[in-house]
Amino acid sequence: MLKIKNLHAGIDGKAILKGINLTIQPGELHAIMGRNGSGKSTLANVITGRDNYEVIKGSILFNNIDLLGMSPEDRALSGIFMSFQYPVVIPGVNNTYFLRAALNAKLKHQGLKEINAADFLRLIREKLNLIQMDEKYLNRGVNDGFSGGEKKHNEILQMLTLEPALSILDETDSGLDIDALKIIANGVNNFRNNDRSFLAITHYPRLLEYMKPDFIHVLIDGEFVKSGDASLAFELEEKGYSWLEA
Amino acid sequence: MPKRNQIIDSAISQEYEYGFVTDIDQETIPPGLNEDVIGIISSKKDEPEWMLKWRLKAYRQWLKMEEPDWAKLNYPNIDYQAISYYAAPKPKEKLKSLDEVDPELLETYNKLGIPLEEQKLLSNVAVDAVFDSVSVTTTFKEELEKHGVIFCSFSEAVQNHPDLVKKYLGSVVPTTDNYFAALNSAVFSDGSFVYIPSGVRCPMELSTYFRINAANTGQFERTLIIAEAGSYVSYLEGCTAPMRDENQLHAAVVELVAHKDSQIKYSTVQNWYPGNPKTGKGGIYNFVTKRGICLEENAKISWTQVETGSALTWKYPSCILKGDHSVGEFYSVALSNNFQQADTGTKMIHLGKNTRSTIISKGISAGKGQNTYRGGVKIMKGAENSRNYSQCDSILIGDQCSAHTFPYIDVRNSSAQMEHEASTSRIGEDQLFYCNQRGIPMEDAVSMIVNGFCKDVFKELPMEFAVEAQKLMEVSLEGAVG
Repeated sequence: MLKIKNLHAGIDGKAILKGINLTIQPGELHAIMGRNGSGKSTLANVITGRDNYEVIKGSILFNNIDLLGMSPEDRALSGIFMSFQYPVVIPGVNNTYFLRAALNAKLKHQGLKEINAADFLRLIREKLNLIQMDEKYLNRGVNDGFSGGEKKHNEILQMLTLEPALSILDETDSGLDIDALKIIANGVNNFRNNDRSFLAITHYPRLLEYMKPDFIHVLIDGEFVKSGDASLAFELEEKGYSWLEA
Repeated sequence: MPKRNQIIDSAISQEYEYGFVTDIDQETIPPGLNEDVIGIISSKKDEPEWMLKWRLKAYRQWLKMEEPDWAKLNYPNIDYQAISYYAAPKPKEKLKSLDEVDPELLETYNKLGIPLEEQKLLSNVAVDAVFDSVSVTTTFKEELEKHGVIFCSFSEAVQNHPDLVKKYLGSVVPTTDNYFAALNSAVFSDGSFVYIPSGVRCPMELSTYFRINAANTGQFERTLIIAEAGSYVSYLEGCTAPMRDENQLHAAVVELVAHKDSQIKYSTVQNWYPGNPKTGKGGIYNFVTKRGICLEENAKISWTQVETGSALTWKYPSCILKGDHSVGEFYSVALSNNFQQADTGTKMIHLGKNTRSTIISKGISAGKGQNTYRGGVKIMKGAENSRNYSQCDSILIGDQCSAHTFPYIDVRNSSAQMEHEASTSRIGEDQLFYCNQRGIPMEDAVSMIVNGFCKDVFKELPMEFAVEAQKLMEVSLEGAVG
């Protein structure tokens, strides 16, 4: 599904990613772990096509299509979703309206009929239930006045509604208390199937106790220094990152 | 990948939709302004002697006045002798019904989305259509008459309700108020007149639709609304003009008079031709004086404006809060894209006790647009316990536009409470990326964010017009993101 080859990328002329190789097959959940500043979020931003990030060399293929020439919206429409580390507030834009616009953009892209307001409300109520989110958040501005945890719920609500093929979860666990973390992880787990892939970015092994990864990659200074299966998380919890540093 | 900034630019430029010209037999007087011209205008309208005298007095005062230059607007000198001060569709006898209105004219208003056949109208909106210098028709007149409401063209009011016109004309905006108001007083051609009797809640929205068609003519309309004690009226004006390479002058005066316990809600959706988006050539110069007075206690006046058109906008709808406990409100969205310049705001003058005013201004600058908020709040000596809340927000799209805020505050009574908030921000790269990452294309993202920014103002508009205003923002912003 996602194939990253020898990716070098950075921002403001500074190289941050220095030769990333990563292949994610359908149905797999990969976790990327590393300290602050190791390049985790840069990778997420480069995959989703954020402005200001430059790709120096290497390639990213998504379902065998070259992502690097595509606009952020086209990447999103082709099935890539990112749950933001810091979800953005858009005052005055109704949360339901925003989410329906996003879903309709996707339906339109797929040549399907757009969903009307009544059907959408029915759909969104189902999704809210999956992550125990209160309906009152629907009528506020997008993330406006939301707490950190509520914002993360809202991101996952969007993921469940848009049903992307690849979901990038950028530090979705930060800002969540343990109960909220369980609810979110449960929401993600129920959403997993053989066609959907995930890239979870986190500092802490804790998230991975609730969301079993197929692979874990440790990112240090822009390079994967170690990859392994779920057990690597426990090793990291015990020993930290320093034993992997040169 | 194209530079994101270019995408932002292209998202807010679109062709002006109402730029067509109606081919119709017109009667235009030659350019130039002198006492004879004013005499011609007055006689064309068959005006009584007092009206002509009033005009001439204003004209003589105007001659002694100077064009104001304090606004943050750049434009070449206006040659007032090069403008024709009267243009009208050739009259065919007196119109008895809509059937006699020139079909070309009806077609024009249909194209503008303002059908004048009553059965096709938006339910519950009465329309007065003003084409160049004259009112073409007013709909739902009989229905309104049943309630004692007078809604007619200004010319008709001069003929049929001279006492009301004499009593109130110039009572809020005196002829000497400012240069453009004096000019308007001398040469105004038509406009709307509204009178709501005591205790009557006007049963429908009243609306005037202004259209400039003729070349080289100025449009000078005059609107007067009087709300007697305990009455209510909601009034809306809309404006468009053809695309022309020359600038055209529009200088209007609007006066509102609110008696005890009455309320006037005045909404404007201004979409005059803004000029060529690439060269800045042409467009309307919009110099407008709008003022309302809350004469007695508990009166309320609300101005809501959505200003997206015109090459230049010079406009400060104001409230004089004379009656105790009276309320003034100003809600504004002003957009300047490409070469547009807007200097707009309000004045709230508190005279009575416990008077309250609210100002919410949202300025949007894109392209090379320049947007200035200029507002004054004056609390006079006798205005015990008065309150004002002002909020002025500006948003910038792209890196060649500018926004300015000039709030003037003059407080002469220490019991006053004043609150002022202001912010200026660039349209968020973060917000745009967030929308894009959800599959929402750049143009939709910009209009969504801008509409969200304007929500506090749009919600003050009557329902149908709020929808129209949102669409207008989308059109006016197209091409701004790029």
